[in-house]
Amino acid sequence: MSDDYILEMRGITKTFPGVKALENVNLQVRRGDIHAICGENGAGKSTLMKVLSGVYPFGTYEGEIVYEGRPMRFAGINDSEHEGIVIIHQELALVPMLSIGENMFLGNEQASGGIINWNQVRRRSSELLRKVGLREDPDTLVTNIGTGKQQLVEIAKALAKDVKLLILDEPTASLSEKDSQALLDLLLEFKAQGLTSIMISHKLNEIKRVADRITIIRDGQTIETMEKADVTEDRIVASMVGRTLENRYPSRTPNIGEPIFEVRNWSVYHPVHPERQIIKNINLNVRKGEVVGIAGLMGAGRTEFAMSVFGRSYGTKITGEVYLHGKQADTSTVGRAVNAGLAYATEDRKTYGLNLIDHIKHNVTIANLPGVARSGVIDDMGELKVANEYRRKTNIRSSSVYQITGNLSGGNQQKVVLSKWLFSDPDVLILDEPTRGIDVGAKYEIYTIINKLADEGKGILVISSEMPELLGICDRIYVLNEGRIVGELDGREASQEKIMRAIVRGETSQDMIERAAS
Amino acid sequence: MSTEVAAPTTNAGRASARDALKENLREYGLVIALIAIMGFFWFTTNGVLFYSVNLTNIVLQNSYIIVMALGMLLVIVAGHIDLSVGSVSGFIGAVGAVLMVDYGMNPLLAAAISIAIGAVIGGAQGYFIAYMKIPSFIVTLAGLLVFKGLVLFMLGGRSVGPFPTEFQLLSSGFIPDLIGPITLMAPSLNAAGAPIPNSGIILHSTTLLVGLLLVGLMLFLEIRSRRERESHGYEGEPFVFFVLKNLVISAILLFLIYKFASYRGLPNVLMVMAVLIAAFMFMTKRMTFGRRIYAMGGNEKAAKLSGINTERLTFFVFTIMGMLAALAGLIYAARLNMATPKAGQGLELDVIAAVFVGGASALGGVGQVTGAVIGAFIMGVMNNGMGIMGINIDWQQMIKGIVLLGAVAFDLYNKKKA
Repeated sequence: MSDDYILEMRGITKTFPGVKALENVNLQVRRGDIHAICGENGAGKSTLMKVLSGVYPFGTYEGEIVYEGRPMRFAGINDSEHEGIVIIHQELALVPMLSIGENMFLGNEQASGGIINWNQVRRRSSELLRKVGLREDPDTLVTNIGTGKQQLVEIAKALAKDVKLLILDEPTASLSEKDSQALLDLLLEFKAQGLTSIMISHKLNEIKRVADRITIIRDGQTIETMEKADVTEDRIVASMVGRTLENRYPSRTPNIGEPIFEVRNWSVYHPVHPERQIIKNINLNVRKGEVVGIAGLMGAGRTEFAMSVFGRSYGTKITGEVYLHGKQADTSTVGRAVNAGLAYATEDRKTYGLNLIDHIKHNVTIANLPGVARSGVIDDMGELKVANEYRRKTNIRSSSVYQITGNLSGGNQQKVVLSKWLFSDPDVLILDEPTRGIDVGAKYEIYTIINKLADEGKGILVISSEMPELLGICDRIYVLNEGRIVGELDGREASQEKIMRAIVRGETSQDMIERAAS
Repeated sequence: MSTEVAAPTTNAGRASARDALKENLREYGLVIALIAIMGFFWFTTNGVLFYSVNLTNIVLQNSYIIVMALGMLLVIVAGHIDLSVGSVSGFIGAVGAVLMVDYGMNPLLAAAISIAIGAVIGGAQGYFIAYMKIPSFIVTLAGLLVFKGLVLFMLGGRSVGPFPTEFQLLSSGFIPDLIGPITLMAPSLNAAGAPIPNSGIILHSTTLLVGLLLVGLMLFLEIRSRRERESHGYEGEPFVFFVLKNLVISAILLFLIYKFASYRGLPNVLMVMAVLIAAFMFMTKRMTFGRRIYAMGGNEKAAKLSGINTERLTFFVFTIMGMLAALAGLIYAARLNMATPKAGQGLELDVIAAVFVGGASALGGVGQVTGAVIGAFIMGVMNNGMGIMGINIDWQQMIKGIVLLGAVAFDLYNKKKA
């Protein structure tokens, strides 16, 4: 195979004050390939892509970018887009209250003399939406479509810019299994049309499915680039973490006691459309020392269920009872839920979990300030001791507890969120997507923490979209679909097929009921 | 390929020293800016700025701004804004005047009622902001108009005054000299044998004593907290910095105390301010209430999901702001010795400017009490200095506007670089 490189990055070194984020990184991308970049969080993948796209302009890094055979010196993101390099960030950059069409041509408006030609916007956006397989009216507001579709809008937006090299930063991180598959199929289709893509991903099965070549980055350095044929999951994992992970899930001998957490007849309606029932009469329980999973597709109502239980943080017309240690508990506000012994670590740590502009110490103690204070006055040294203790316990990697949480990697941020809830000393922890967007090594650490908590006799409820994860760590798994529990599986007997079957069967039986009713 | 990924074991002590330094750099910068500005005006006013009587004036002129800046700091850290404080202070000044002058009420009782009304006003605005979820900008803009109108309605265009003497003392009185004056240099006598004013040096000894005690207390607390930190393995800023910082601050304080002592002593209103500043510093740094305000301003959703009752917290923040606006209104009225329909107008802008010059973030979650106080003094010294220099009000306004913009721009530039 002739090596026709569309892009070569040579000897890229990027330093931030005090940290070498990238050190002599080399990347060669062949024309027409899907090139995957793997690495732990904080390894430098996103930094590398920011160098490539001109977010970090020429002169702020060392090394050379050769694109289409010419050396490039991008002063900003406009320069790289002009050359056909388009990056789609992990956090989508769409304006929710603008329409799909308006978003697609944002900064690239179909206008002459400053006056927008709306007919052209509609025509071109419909055309591009068809290309990405999205059937939506270009006038629909972005806020009214799901995350999966928003991702497609982002891609359509990239196509509108005449893209030659498409960079996707963890494109499937917040997508359901089905949407992820559709997205990957789309990438393969683009590849067939000759488009080159770079995909940053944590998900090994996706990489194996679509990537032609894989470059591993670790600690700011390129470790190796391998061809598809040479790839095994073990080899990727080994390169990424610098060690072989024998088992991705730490083992545990469960020691399960009596039920400590029970939810009975729980129903919740949508906060904006109160006629829509989101949670339909859920009954579940967690026993002492047990790790219980909630499986389900995106939109099944898992987060909505957890948040409605935790201080009615979601929904209206909530009915049902919560029992802790066999006694009915008041969880009607977050404060009361915490006092009752409940904790909920959110799926979205940046929006709901952390004060990103404050340091670790203040974030760890915020849910239990009375624990470090006497009659409203904080014991400074006591607080420091607590923060240090949890930093050590959860192995948060930082220079000190005075590091700002916004500067931590995803895995370490997640550990701060966990620390916060551990310090509130709950009996039952609800962990919503505890390992989303964090790397293999940190995942293992989180699982270890979960196991330790279970061994201490706490009840753990884990919500996850990654079925292997649930199968790996749970003693029991509930399957949730469209707001109701459609299955309960023993952890040892559960399998991905059984979960999926429960979901599918749940759907059909529901359809039958509805058909009968109408 | 079997190297363990170990946690970066940086020297925890040194790293935290660097963090502490970074955290304090802003405050040092503010102090240095204030000193530089004072030096500049000392030069351009031929030293008039530092006359004892003028320093006392600076305190009196800015007392009500600083009192309100304390509340505004909480409001801005909480992620809100309060545009109504000027009008509210004017309204409360008028209420106090009507109670004391028209109805002859006891000044202490009248002041207590006035501050209670301030609390109700602040609480009412806080209710709309916290529980009805109306943006604070809109609620307090409405408050600005309502209370501006109410003053006019209540006073009907007249000015009410003068106040009872006891009440005037709030703004024009000085602490009594319990020990008696110390004469360092006897004043020279004129031909008639009477002492010439402003000659000789007679010191207000109680002021000296209170001042020395305060400086001593400050040093004691600083050293104790540093010791405590060190005993837990965390040094604060580097030792040289620590010594230098405390030396400079002590020297400034002692200088100011000497100046006050050589005039008429410490103004009463300065004592009120000092107590409030100390209370607000303690509240923001050491109390759970203060910590929760920062958490809410930094990320309201996360604070809510951490069990913080953000609605109640917002309500209290605005209630406190209302009380402080009321107190400031009384101070202002006592200083003028009457309540006028125009009192307090536009003060909200000075207060907000002081807080932002002092390093608070308009996005919430960031800001310090010391910063707001120093910010208020920076603006106050500029007012005073430019006034002495005889710069016209038009130029003064423009210069102050540019300083506000410059201070915030400089701050953001520094943050980006860091």
